[in-house]
Parts: sequence; C-alpha cells; structure tokens
Amino acid sequence: MILTSLDVEPRAFEAHTGWALKPVGACKGEMCVPLGGSTDIGLIAERLGMGLVHDERAGVWALGPETIGGRALTTAEAPDLALPGWKGDGFELRSLRGQKVFLLAWASW
Amino acid sequence: MWQDVREELHPQGLEVVTVALDVGGLDDAQRWIEAAEPQHPALIDQSHRLDELFGVVNVPSGIWIDEAGMLVRPPSPAWPGRSMWREQMKGFELPDDTPPNIVHALEVSKGIKADPDRYIAALRDWVARGADSPHVLEPDEVIARSRPRAPEHSTAAAHFELGQHLWRAGDRDAAVDQFKEAHRLHPDNWTYKRQAWQFVSPVLQDAREVYGTSWADEVERAGPENYYELDL
Repeated sequence: MILTSLDVEPRAFEAHTGWALKPVGACKGEMCVPLGGSTDIGLIAERLGMGLVHDERAGVWALGPETIGGRALTTAEAPDLALPGWKGDGFELRSLRGQKVFLLAWASW
Repeated sequence: MWQDVREELHPQGLEVVTVALDVGGLDDAQRWIEAAEPQHPALIDQSHRLDELFGVVNVPSGIWIDEAGMLVRPPSPAWPGRSMWREQMKGFELPDDTPPNIVHALEVSKGIKADPDRYIAALRDWVARGADSPHVLEPDEVIARSRPRAPEHSTAAAHFELGQHLWRAGDRDAAVDQFKEAHRLHPDNWTYKRQAWQFVSPVLQDAREVYGTSWADEVERAGPENYYELDL
C-alpha cells in the first residue's frame, strides 16, 4: 500500500489490507490486535508485523502485508477483493457468493 | 485454456475468475485476454494485490473459494489440463544457430514439473462433491498451508510496491533498485523477479545486464523441479 502520510485512513486501510480498525483494535477474521487507540501507521505496522519502507525522494511510504501469524493468510475468509475487469468495469469478489469460485492468477510474463 | 474449463464446470456451479498480475496493466494483458474471449470475469491486478492478500509467489496459481466465501485451498500452481505448449516443446528441434541463452532457457524449462491432469481432476472432484471432496481443506489447514511469511517478506512486498510506483512514474533506475531489494529479501518469490525482468527483457527474461541474472539462471540454481511447488 502506497501512503503519502503516516496518519491512518481507516476506510482505505481496511479496503487495502482487510484489517478493520475498531475500538478494540485491528481486526481480521477471528483475530483482533490491540492498538491502544493509535492512528499512527508506524505503530500499527509494528503491531501487525507489516514492513514499512520510506522513499524520501519520492515522498511516499510503502506498507507491506501483515506477518503476525507467520503465514500469508491469517484467516480462511476470502478478502473483499475489488479489482478492475479488463473492459474497465469494476468487479467485487463478493458478488460471486453462492457459487464456487476458482481464482486463477496468471501474467503476460 | 481456462475458458474451456469454465464452459465445462460453470453449469455445475463453478465460476472462474482470472486475474492478470501485470504492472503494465491492460496494455500487457490485453492480447491474451482478447484471444481467450472469456465469458468469466477477467481482472487486472496492476499492483499485485494477490501476492499480498493470498501469498501468491508464482503464476499460474489457483485459489479455491466455496459458496460461503471461505477459501478451501490456498494458492498453489494450477493448470487447465494438458499444456499445448509443453506438448509441442517435447519433440521440438531447435535450429543450429539458435542463440545460446534461448537454448539454455528451453533446456532448463524441460526440467520444470507440472501435473495438469491431477490438478484438473481435483478441481472437477471439488465441483462435483463440494465439501465431501478430499481436496477441500478446513480453515485452519488453509491458513497453515499458505505461504510462510516472515517480517523480511513483508518488507520485500513494500519494496516491490515502491518499485512499481517508481516504474510507472518513469523513474526506472530507482525502480530497479527497489526491485533488487525485494528480490534480495524474498528470493523465492518468482512473481517479483519475473515481473521485474519482464520490463527489461520481455519473453526471454535474460536480465543479466540490469539484474545480473536471468530466468534460466535462477531456475537452474533453484532446481527446475522446485519451480512449481505442487500441493495436491
């Protein structure tokens, strides 16, 4: 996630990372991690084990995914994935609830 | 390809969603998608969200999600059945004047292990039997079998994202430095490498001039049989 400030924007944060910021802390699936009410990305990153890299020249930070569980997945619940379709329309994974979904990652390279 | 799989299994309740992990976006992915004429959602993942959200480290990678939105298999190498390209390559004789780096790449690729028949059989089994299929994993098993992720892997992801950001902004030298750091911190993440090499050496991925290595060199070093970690 590319950031221009270290002040967290809860909605954007949740949309990107899947972690909801609640009074009890940052929550994903069954897990909640206390944040002591902090809105500082630096602290949040530390608590969730997220890599945070600053590029001073470009004036941005990049935030990596959580490592708190030691695995890529902290929950088996599918994230609320939203990506553009190839024709430019938006697509949300949750629109397929009720069907089995086979998600296939590929690339032109 | 996957459109054929979709045609076969969609009437049984499966939807296929393909996601192109292409920093170049639709420009890079378009001709492949158009050729496939998909009836299913075909998405563009320019910032490699799938790497972060699921732990995808190579392509092609398949993820199974049930009707309730629960993953029943984490990402693993996936094929739509017998690969036409691999069949053609088996008997292929290269002309004598083929450049050595192409010869090398083709030799190395012969050692790559794939099991398309078994994969498609498992997928069909899940679609037919649902939760009764032996290939369906419980939630804690899905988590346990997802990619290990150490702190440096997350830092690698941050560097990779910075690299994309800088590349798209036209700051290519700075982007390469970020990609190199991502490669250093997460050496077995093939998507970070293949995507970066693609920018400087499309198709062949001989990135020796810029990255000091090539796809063929790296695969050989890792062992071609380890390129796809089959998990079925």
